[in-house]
Amino acid sequence: MRVSLFIPCYVDQFFPQVGISMVRLLERLGHEVDYPERQTCCGQPAFNAGFCKEALSAADAFLDCFGDAQVVVVPSGSCAAMVKVHYRSLFADTEKLDAAAALGDRTWELSEFLVKKLDVTDVGARFPGKVTFHDGCHGLRELGIKESPRALLREVRGLELVEMKEAESCCGFGGVFSVKFPDISTAMAEVKCASIDETDAEYVVSNDPSCLMHIQGYLARRGRTVKCMHLSEVLVQT
Amino acid sequence: MSSAHGEFKRAVRPITRDFAHRRWMQNALRGYEQVRAGTQARFGDWEAARRAAAGIKWQAIEQLDTLLEQFASNLEARGTKVCWAKSDAEARAYILDVVRAHNARTIVKSKCMTSEEIHLNELLEGEGFDVVESDLGEFIVQLRKEPPYHFVFPAMHLKRDEISRVFQDKLGAEPTDDPEELTMIARRVLRQKYIEADIGFTGANFGVAETGMVSITENEGNVRLTTALPKVHIALMGIEKVLPRMEDLALFLPMLATGGTGQALTCYNSLIGGPQQPGEPDGPDEFHVVLLDNRRTQLLADSVQRDALRCMRCGACLNLCPVFKNIGGHSYGTTYQGPIGSVITPHLRGLREYKHLSYASSLCGACTETCPVKIDLHHHLLRSRRDAVCAHPVWGQRSLFRLFAFMMRRPALYRAAGKIGRPLLWLSRPVQGTWLDPLRAWRRTRTLPMPAKQTFKDYWKTRRR
Amino acid sequence: MSDRDTILADIREALHAKTDPAIRSAEASDLPMDVVSLRRWLPAVGESYEERRKLFADNAVALQVDFRVVPDEAALLDEIKKIAGEEGWSKVGTHRGRLTDAVCESIGLALCRTDQGYNVDDLESCDVGITECEALIAQAGSVLVTSAGSGGRALTVLPPHHVVLATRDQLLPDLFAGYELIQQKYRGEYPSFISFITGASRTGDIERILVLGAHGPKKLTVLLVESPAGDDDNGLGRK
Repeated sequence: MRVSLFIPCYVDQFFPQVGISMVRLLERLGHEVDYPERQTCCGQPAFNAGFCKEALSAADAFLDCFGDAQVVVVPSGSCAAMVKVHYRSLFADTEKLDAAAALGDRTWELSEFLVKKLDVTDVGARFPGKVTFHDGCHGLRELGIKESPRALLREVRGLELVEMKEAESCCGFGGVFSVKFPDISTAMAEVKCASIDETDAEYVVSNDPSCLMHIQGYLARRGRTVKCMHLSEVLVQT
Repeated sequence: MSSAHGEFKRAVRPITRDFAHRRWMQNALRGYEQVRAGTQARFGDWEAARRAAAGIKWQAIEQLDTLLEQFASNLEARGTKVCWAKSDAEARAYILDVVRAHNARTIVKSKCMTSEEIHLNELLEGEGFDVVESDLGEFIVQLRKEPPYHFVFPAMHLKRDEISRVFQDKLGAEPTDDPEELTMIARRVLRQKYIEADIGFTGANFGVAETGMVSITENEGNVRLTTALPKVHIALMGIEKVLPRMEDLALFLPMLATGGTGQALTCYNSLIGGPQQPGEPDGPDEFHVVLLDNRRTQLLADSVQRDALRCMRCGACLNLCPVFKNIGGHSYGTTYQGPIGSVITPHLRGLREYKHLSYASSLCGACTETCPVKIDLHHHLLRSRRDAVCAHPVWGQRSLFRLFAFMMRRPALYRAAGKIGRPLLWLSRPVQGTWLDPLRAWRRTRTLPMPAKQTFKDYWKTRRR
Repeated sequence: MSDRDTILADIREALHAKTDPAIRSAEASDLPMDVVSLRRWLPAVGESYEERRKLFADNAVALQVDFRVVPDEAALLDEIKKIAGEEGWSKVGTHRGRLTDAVCESIGLALCRTDQGYNVDDLESCDVGITECEALIAQAGSVLVTSAGSGGRALTVLPPHHVVLATRDQLLPDLFAGYELIQQKYRGEYPSFISFITGASRTGDIERILVLGAHGPKKLTVLLVESPAGDDDNGLGRK
C-alpha cells in the first residue's frame, strides 16, 4: 500500500524522529511511504481558537495536498480527529464537503491504521522497559482510540505495560489553552505526572505528540527522569 | 479582558498552586467515580438509557410552551399559585411580596441553585428576614458567608475542623471533630427552624406537566421538612425543568442519582402537587410555584446550543472535569460551575463578559462522555469560541490567525518562518520563564523543546537524494 | 401582556428555528421508548416475588435499612413488641389503618395520631413513626408513601425512627410500577405529597463521610408481612 504521511507542523519542527520512526516502521512492514512535501498544517490551532475562516483556509490547502493520497496516516490523535471529524463541519457550506469527508474516511491515526486497517498487532518490535500509556483526549473521545495502542504495545518484546491511575485524564495541553490559562494547564500536568510517577514507569508513551510535548515540558522543568516517547518511536525499535 | 475574566485569572492563580487543596478535592471526586462505576454497571444498558433520557429531554424542550401551559394549569387546578417570572427581578419581587403578605420572620430554604442565580438570599436578608439554609452543606457555607463550592456538594472543600470552627463561632457549639456530632449540631439547630419558619422555600429538579407536580430530590430530609411544616411553600423552578409525564421520572430519578452522587436512588424523591388538600392532616396552606425565564428563552432561540437547556443539574460534568478538579468551584465566580456553567453562563449573563470560560478548557470531552442526557458540552464550548470571535473580535488574535492561515498556504513561507524562529528560540533561552520571555506563558512552568537540528522536511529531502 | 404571555410568546418565537439536526441525536429518535424497553436498560429487578424480595433485602443491607420478613400478622405484632422493647419506645406517632391500628393496640404505648391534624411538638416528642405505605419498590429498596396513605407529610420524616408496615402484595418491581399504582389508585385526586424513601436520612457533606439521621429519621425499619389476616389464598400475591 502507498501510505501518505501527514507530519503535523510541531512534529516537523520539534520531534522529527516521530516521523522518521513512522517511515522506518511502515517500510519494515513492506509499504511504500509517501510524504507530500507541500503539507503544512491541518488547521486545528485556528479551529480550536474559534477562527473558522482561517482554519478553512489552511484545511483547504491540506485537502489539495492530500487529495490524491490513497491513505493518510498521522501520528497524532488530535490532528486525525480534526480531519476525520471536524472537517465535515468546517467544509459544510462549501462545494468541497464530499472531498473533505472522503479524505477523512481515508485518514488514520497510526495505531488505528496498524491494528484496524493493516490488521497487525505484532510489528516485530523489541523494547525492554517499563512503559505506561497516556490516552490523548481527542483520539480517545473523538475517535474512540483506546485498545489499539495497547494491543501494539503488548506485542513488543521485553516491554512491560503498566496502566496509570486515570490514564484518560487530560494532560492539560489543549492547544491554545496551555498558554491562555497556563496556571490551570500546569496544574493538570502536575496531576498527570503524579499518576505517571506512581507507576514507576521508565517511559510514558502516547499517540499524541502534543500531549507528550506538554508532559515532557513539565517533567524536564522538574528534572524528572521519566522519558517521553511517541508510540512510533517504541514500535520502530528492534 | 473583561472584569469577570480578570477575576477568574486572579482566583485561579492561588488555587492551582495549592497542591493540598486540589489533592483533597481530587480524592473526594475519585471516591465518587468509584461508587458511580458500580452503580452504572448495574444498569441493563447505560448507553441506551442515556439515549432515552436525551430523547425525552429533547421532547420537553421542543414542546416547552405546551408543557408549561399544561403544568401551570394542572397546578392551579389543585390550588397552587403559579407565577411566571420573565426576569430575576420579577421572581424576587413576587417572592418578596409573598413573604411580606404573611408577615414572615423566618424563611427556611432547601438547596436551590436557581435562588442563587437570582440572588434571593441577599434580597431577603437585606430586607431583614431570617433566611436559613437547611441543606447541611449550604448551611455550613452560609455561616461562612461563602458561595457553594459545587451545586451538589456545597461544602466539599471543607475539612471537619473548619466546619467545627464555624459552628463554634456562629452557633456557640462545643468543638468536635466527629462528623456525626457535627451533623447532629446542625440537625438540632435546624429542627427549631422548620417548626418556627413561616415560609418554606425549595427549588425543583423537575416539573411534571401531566399531573401538575414539582419533583424534588434530596438525601437529608430537609426538603421533606421544609415542605411539611411551614404554612407557606414557595418553589422556584427554571422553565426548562418541565417533563411531559410522571413515568418519565422512573428513568430520570435513577439517572440523576447515578450521575450526581453515584447512588442508585437518592434518599428522598418527592412529588408535590399542591398545598394541603381536604382530608390531609398537614401541609402548607399555600403553595406557590415561580417559573423563571431569566434569559433561558434566549438560549432556547439558539437552535444548536438550546441543547444545554436539557441539563438536569446532576453535577456529573463537574465531577469528571479536569479543569474543575484543579480550580475548584469558587474560582468560576458564577452561579453554575464546571462545564455546564461555562456553556450556559455566556448565554444567561453575556458573551462579552464570560467568553473566557469557553477558553478555560482543553476540550478533553470528559464532560460530554459522562453527561446522562448527552449534552454536547465540549463542542458547545468550541461553538462559543466561534461566536465570541465573530461578536467580540480581539484584533491581535485575528491578525495572528490571519498570518497563520497565510503562512500555512505557502509551504516555502512556513519553512522560512521555521528557519528564522529556531535561532530566536535558542537566543531567548537564557531569559526563559522571566518577564522578558515572549514565550513566558509556557516557559514559566514548563520547558519548551528545542527545535530539532534537522526537521522532518529536511530529512525527507535528504532521503530522496 | 402578562409575564405568562410574554414567556410563552418568547418560547414560541425561539422554537420557530428547528433544532439543528447535527445536534439532535439521531439515535434517540429511532429508539423504542416504551416501558418494556426502558426497563431492559435500567437495572434488573427480577421476575418472581422471591427474586424481588431478595433484591429488596440486598438493597436494605447496603442502605443500612432494617428489613424483616414475618410470616403473618401475629408474628408482626410479636416482632413490633420486641423492637419496642429493644428501642425503649414510650410514644408512637401513627395514623389509622388496618395494620397500624392492630400494631398500636398491641404495644399499648402513648400515641399521637395525625389523621385529624396534630400538634407539631406532640409529634416531635414521639420516639417512632409507625406507618403503612403504598408500596415497596425492589429496584433500589424504596418505600413509596403519600400524604393520603401514610398519615400526612411529616409523620414519615419527623420522628427519629420510621417503621413501615407492608404486605406481600405491595412489593413492586420498580419506579414504573410505583407510578402506575399511584395513577390507578388516585387518578384525578392525587395526594399533594408523594415520595419514594430509599433508606434513612443521610448526608456525606462532611468529608464525604456517611452520617445517618441528617434531618429525617436516623433509622428506617421495614416489616413485610407475607400472609396478612383474612388472606385465604396460598399467599401468592401479585407478581
